[in-house]
Amino acid sequence: MELLWRFLLGGALVSLFALVGDVLRPKRFAGLFGAAPSVALASLALTVAKSGPSVAATEARSMILSSLGFILYVWVVHRVLARGRWPASLVALGGLVVWGLAASLAAGVLLAGGA
Amino acid sequence: MIPKLDFSSLKDAHGYQYAVRFMLGGAVTVCTGLIAGHWGPIIGGLFLSFPAIFPASATLIERHETEKKQRAGMNSPLRGRKAAALDAAGAILGGYGLACFGAVAWLLLPVYPFGLALSVAGVVWLTVSICLWWVCLHT
Repeated sequence: MELLWRFLLGGALVSLFALVGDVLRPKRFAGLFGAAPSVALASLALTVAKSGPSVAATEARSMILSSLGFILYVWVVHRVLARGRWPASLVALGGLVVWGLAASLAAGVLLAGGA
Repeated sequence: MIPKLDFSSLKDAHGYQYAVRFMLGGAVTVCTGLIAGHWGPIIGGLFLSFPAIFPASATLIERHETEKKQRAGMNSPLRGRKAAALDAAGAILGGYGLACFGAVAWLLLPVYPFGLALSVAGVVWLTVSICLWWVCLHT
């Protein structure tokens, strides 16, 4: 049942923020909503309900580091798309490797630091 | 430049695109919970900033712009890709706001009721993102 709530809440928040981004202009301003904390809001709220605020706070701390990976990911995607050689779908999905590598590095840093 | 609402992009969007976003958002949130349950909150928390919205939005923007140019008699996909690049430029700024959201949530969650803590973190995300956009616009 908890997984169903996660799915519904996560799906609804991602859709809501994406819809807001779709109807806003200029495009650079609308892009802010591509980085909306939709998954974070849903996950943290449900983690607090299930495991308590200290566990949710630990998740939020990890999120700070992986957000830097997000920034690196969209920066790379921005640079590649600005050249105009590759379609957005390919660049945006292929670029997820950058986020994955950054998140792996963040995991290594957090675990090595005994967080 | 004042941000405004433009609903024309919704007319060209297909229902399945919104269904895909809903499914993807739900799937990422479920996976985050499963990963946190298996490997703990340190690893699970990394997925809170997974780019769940951006890839679909960038694809939609590119398609929308390309179709608009095709209707005007231009077949180059370049304009659509440049529009998606602008969206990515905005997401970079939003990414800094996302990191601030995480920092505020980390500090406030153990102290305040979660509704208040997440609301303040959300306001901080929006404020930081808009301020950075405004600064970039005027420099």
